[in-house]
Amino acid sequence: MSAAIETTGLGKRYGRRWALSDCTLSIPDGRVVGLVGPNGAGKSTLLHLAVGLLAPDAGSISVLGGAPASTPEQLQRVGFLAQESPTYARMTVAQHLRMGQWLNPTWDAEFAASRIDELGLDPAQRSGTLSGGQRAQLALTLAVAKRPELLILDEPVAALDPLARWEFLQTLMTVVATQGVGVVLSSHLIADLERACDYLVVVVGGRVALTGEVDELLASHHRLTGARRDSVRVPADQTVITESHAEKQTTLLVRTDKPIIDPAWTVSSLSLDDLVLAYMRQARGDRPAKNAGLAVAR
Amino acid sequence: MIEFHLDSSSGVPTYAQLVQQVHQALQLGMLEPGDRLPTAVQVVSSLAINPNTVLKAYRDLEREGLVRARPGLGTFVVGQLPRTDPAAQAKFRKSMASWLRSARDAGLTADEIEAIYHTTFRDAFGVEGVA
Repeated sequence: MSAAIETTGLGKRYGRRWALSDCTLSIPDGRVVGLVGPNGAGKSTLLHLAVGLLAPDAGSISVLGGAPASTPEQLQRVGFLAQESPTYARMTVAQHLRMGQWLNPTWDAEFAASRIDELGLDPAQRSGTLSGGQRAQLALTLAVAKRPELLILDEPVAALDPLARWEFLQTLMTVVATQGVGVVLSSHLIADLERACDYLVVVVGGRVALTGEVDELLASHHRLTGARRDSVRVPADQTVITESHAEKQTTLLVRTDKPIIDPAWTVSSLSLDDLVLAYMRQARGDRPAKNAGLAVAR
Repeated sequence: MIEFHLDSSSGVPTYAQLVQQVHQALQLGMLEPGDRLPTAVQVVSSLAINPNTVLKAYRDLEREGLVRARPGLGTFVVGQLPRTDPAAQAKFRKSMASWLRSARDAGLTADEIEAIYHTTFRDAFGVEGVA
């Protein structure tokens, strides 16, 4: 199976500043993949490179095995929704659908019409007067009705209120369930990702800090708290991601596939939020990872 | 037919919450053999969750012998779980209440009692890998 997005040493420069540098990653196809990272990590740049709106200054990128925007077929296979769901403010809902039909040979007019109907949108209304949530739904409808194999969404829900965000994800998840389209979406809202995504890629500073199945990541990470230890030793099958020491307490975040049997630790599970934050801190160099079995002198 | 709900602050993975709710519905007699579970698309559109999560939960239930997927028709309940005996519930609630009272009378605070409960519960059931 070809990857949804595959990059090797990918880089993009704006003037003298590298927005993305030496980025090598493989994002699986047929999944709902969450792309997470701090502001300026290069997420938007990566997604723009994937749809061919930008060209790389270094390295290479392929999407569904092809070069981005290289052929009409390649354009057809990928649907893209840019940040803030841009539409043409002076055009009506119906005009947007007509334009979609004109521009896309595989346009699914039936789907588009029934979606607009279900959303309760007035076809004669100009998109500039729609609410943020309605505009996002219109933009999503356009991206889905071209029947792509892969949908790429850049921060699709960041600007929406909680209800509109929920409805957007509901539409997106229903589309995934009924049409089997793969999705790559970037977001800061980790709680939403936890519901919607089954695969996670954390990018920090243009590099991949963490990647894997959401369920497996949650099952293999634990928080250990116990009496303070100045020298932390963990069994060889555990990797310490972060550690912190209070006056009398030591807290570790460890990754392991094995049960934790040391009775001195209280073990608790982590939310996806905790997990992502820990890897962002680690990648930023706040607290370097300590390898398995390594004694940490403090 | 049952309706699923999610507790996003519970720390329990979504698929495990779905499995748990089917277990509870079976124990309470809300689901019986022959009943149909909601389709993946129905669950996805009512909870806005990833379809693979629903399929994973249903696969787990199928492995346990509680449900069976019939292609094109849906997922049906085929197994049963022992119903919770109301008398047993009442008995343990009573003995727990008297245990709590004696702990309080011994001078333990609510937080301390809760900590004892959680540690002992974990030890007994091996939750979170603590055997």
